[in-house]
Amino acid sequence: MKKNITQNIGFLMLFLCIIVTLIFLGSIIYFISARGAKVISWEFLTQGPRMGMTQGGVLPAIIGTFYLTLGAILFALPLGLSCAIYLCEYSPKSFVVNIIRISINNLAGVPSVVFGLFGLAVFVNFFKFGVSILSGSFTLGILALPLIISASQEALMAVPQSIREASLSLGATKWGTIKNIVLPTALPGILTGVILSIGRVAGETAPILFTAAAFYTRGYPKSIFSEVMALPYHIYALMTEGTHPDQQKAIAYGCSLILLFMVLLVSGIAIAIRQRQRGINA
Amino acid sequence: MTSIKEKIYKWIFATLAFSSLVFLIGIIIVLFKEGMPIFKEVTAFKFIFGKSWYPTYSEPEFGILPLILGSIWVTLGAIFICVPLGVGSALYLHELAGHKQRAILKPIIEILASIPSVVFGFFGMVIVTPFIQKLFHLPTGLCALNGSLILGIMATPTVCSLAEDALSYVPKSFREASFAVGANRWQTLTQVVMPAAGSGIATAIILGMSRAIGETMTVLMVTGGAAVMPHSYLEPVRPMTAAIAAEMGEAPMGGSHYHALFAIALILFLVTLVFNIIAEIISRRFRIKLGLSG
Repeated sequence: MKKNITQNIGFLMLFLCIIVTLIFLGSIIYFISARGAKVISWEFLTQGPRMGMTQGGVLPAIIGTFYLTLGAILFALPLGLSCAIYLCEYSPKSFVVNIIRISINNLAGVPSVVFGLFGLAVFVNFFKFGVSILSGSFTLGILALPLIISASQEALMAVPQSIREASLSLGATKWGTIKNIVLPTALPGILTGVILSIGRVAGETAPILFTAAAFYTRGYPKSIFSEVMALPYHIYALMTEGTHPDQQKAIAYGCSLILLFMVLLVSGIAIAIRQRQRGINA
Repeated sequence: MTSIKEKIYKWIFATLAFSSLVFLIGIIIVLFKEGMPIFKEVTAFKFIFGKSWYPTYSEPEFGILPLILGSIWVTLGAIFICVPLGVGSALYLHELAGHKQRAILKPIIEILASIPSVVFGFFGMVIVTPFIQKLFHLPTGLCALNGSLILGIMATPTVCSLAEDALSYVPKSFREASFAVGANRWQTLTQVVMPAAGSGIATAIILGMSRAIGETMTVLMVTGGAAVMPHSYLEPVRPMTAAIAAEMGEAPMGGSHYHALFAIALILFLVTLVFNIIAEIISRRFRIKLGLSG
């Protein structure tokens, strides 16, 4: 009898844990949606800031985030995919491969602000790219690299060995097999990884603090060497700089809602695809 | 002809595969190169255990103990929130949630894990700060407690997701054996499944901690930023990551302050590296123990 009372209390506690977690996270989404929605308008999404950041919209920040994310993926995808192909398709189990695996795991654990300092020292100062889209994209790309590698690896490993063997037995070369058989089969998984990285990269702030971001730029970025406004940095700057805290807070709500909506949408899509894919494979 | 082409492709992939290693080594070299010069001005002992951080004074002092303690305080506070909530939620998902409920809740939690840190920081500033200020009658609600709270909530989905993975690796036969000797579900869960998944759960907690220590934007925005020795959770602190992010913009390139901030980043990097290696070792043992392939 006592046994079951303990069990009921225990289960109740577990239930409370997940309820509290969902309430906390739900309230973040609720507050930001409710207060951000008041600010969002057609003007907010399609115009630049006016009147010392107190009016107008945030289009330059949206565009900046788009460029930075695009640049990061263009940089990280070829590197990450090649690495995954080598590890899954070519690599003999060896000392070297182990080292590569360990370095991927550790790169994934590096704090984001450390990537920022690396970008500052290497891309901004050493290569003299300055505070620019290019520096920011490279920095964010390195951050996204481990994500893309592990997602691509998972996708490549899910391709049945028998398909590869069938292709090889028909006289196809190793590269031919990878290009025509393995990659097309693994494509949905690889895309999922790319989409998840987009969600992560778009919301990162610390790596672009000193490598790409500016609170205000006149007009839109002209080349890959211009500094840009970016949504996540814009939220931070609106809350900590400037001279009109109340009006800026309202704009920050709007920016947070846009960012939250974009990131949740993107990762929601990726996780839905992955869920379906795993369902099919299982 | 084709064999040459094949070899070229193989070499291209092999070369590019080293990119992660190159970047990791690059980060280590940069941190050492830019961080070490500070130790010509202060000894490593004084740097780490010095109690005053006044990098911009005309007689600057570079003691980062207040920053280290700031990080430790905020992270420990966060653990008190994310471990019970994260592991509790994982146990709920594993043991109590039905198949359908689980299929909905697990992806929701994974999606919530992707909320950007700057959004958490913003939420902390506009909602939690006034709340804490009123509740404790403080001059400011930006304090260590606020940082711990937000960081804890932020790490919960990650801990939950990883812990749930660990629980799902425990073989069904363990549970069945436990039921067969008359244990109920709670006893089975706490005395058989949890110990079996224990090192997997430990890995989840360590990875959560590692993430919390390295987290920048949230602590930068909500901990108040005072680089003093912490005395209470209700006072402002400045963790290491916040110091780097807040001060790097003003530090003249190549000056002592600049080098000191890189040295802090070096310490931060080494700490998270150690955490990740410990997590890796524990999770490898866990897999061997449960007979899973490494």
